[in-house]
Amino acid sequence: MSRKVPEEQYRKTISYRFKTWLDGVRDPFLDTVEMRPQPEFEETAETVARRERDRERIRDRVYDLEKNRLVVFFSRIYRVMAVIFCVFLVVMLLFAVSWLPTFGEADKPVNNEVSARYLEEGLQETGAVNAVTGMILTYRAFDTFGETNVLFIAASCVMVLLMVDEAVLKKQEKKNDRQFEPKNDVILQWSAFILCPVIFIFGIYVILNGHLSPGGGFSGGAIMGAGLILYVSAFGFKKTQRFFNEKVYKVAKITSLIMYGLIGSYFYITGANGLENHIPLGIPGHILSSGIILPINICVGIEVTCTMYAFYALFRRGGL
Amino acid sequence: MTVFNAILLIFLVICAIGASFSRSLLNSILIFMSYSLVMSIIWILLESPDLAITEAAVGAGVTTVLFVVTLKKIHAIMKNEDAEEEKERENE
Repeated sequence: MSRKVPEEQYRKTISYRFKTWLDGVRDPFLDTVEMRPQPEFEETAETVARRERDRERIRDRVYDLEKNRLVVFFSRIYRVMAVIFCVFLVVMLLFAVSWLPTFGEADKPVNNEVSARYLEEGLQETGAVNAVTGMILTYRAFDTFGETNVLFIAASCVMVLLMVDEAVLKKQEKKNDRQFEPKNDVILQWSAFILCPVIFIFGIYVILNGHLSPGGGFSGGAIMGAGLILYVSAFGFKKTQRFFNEKVYKVAKITSLIMYGLIGSYFYITGANGLENHIPLGIPGHILSSGIILPINICVGIEVTCTMYAFYALFRRGGL
Repeated sequence: MTVFNAILLIFLVICAIGASFSRSLLNSILIFMSYSLVMSIIWILLESPDLAITEAAVGAGVTTVLFVVTLKKIHAIMKNEDAEEEKERENE
């Protein structure tokens, strides 16, 4: 049963405040945090004189090689110390390497019961023909989730540092429409026209066959990201934005990360590693098999594709 | 096969030294890219094709592109036309 709430009362509820915050109508920092603009720099005779004096002082005291004993001493000892340090490092590393077991030795500490179990029981327990993918996406799915989060955080940091406001970008583009769009290079465009579909299909193949053949989410995602970068550098951002803009990027990236988290936590809660697990594993070798590996591979692939493309777009243009 | 391995490894060392000693930043990026390509072949010879695919896509592809874009952003690469324009400006 619903009841009518007067608007003033509704405005006080948490849901209304959350909704306005979500829509960006209300800034939670406005009127609560003190914000003072930085005072503008004023050039007076005094500041000029001070700057000139500082500069001369630095030149006299620091860069004057004859008077500055420290610089003379340092420039003499620098090369010798560099050589000594490098030799020390090389000797240390070679000494450490000489203690490592030789390549292909049977009874070295890496060949313990963990890897033996991965190789012997992996096919039965995970259903993946590719032992590497079976290992990193079921036994070590939590580690891989951390890695995917690292990618997400890295892309977010690049966005914080390099993202330019869309309005500023539009203004810049209006001033000089050649700034971000490439010249119509016939060779590049034709090679991209021929190569891009092949690259995308290969990337999708690598992602979907992650549990059957070499590859997986990260490799396939990197291949597809490289294909997207080739497409952008050949045809420009305007054409790419028709199918891959900021909205698509946000939705795809966040959805894939959340999906991975949900699938992973379902897998842990219902019983991973050795416990009874009711996710069907299917027949090894079929494309629809091996339980959670295929959906997680797709999620990781989308995540990596978005990250690779976002790195390029943010470095190049400052926006997606 | 041992000879092939040895050639690849020597090339790897030469690339590593060349990348750090090259004067031009663009050259050193290109040498770094060839380093990644050789490394991906070595990964195949060491029977880990998973790593080879990733190395070829990330090391040789995306990283190089990001480096080149950064160089362009800090105006370390100049096209011939731009360089000529700059020279003319300096002459004026």
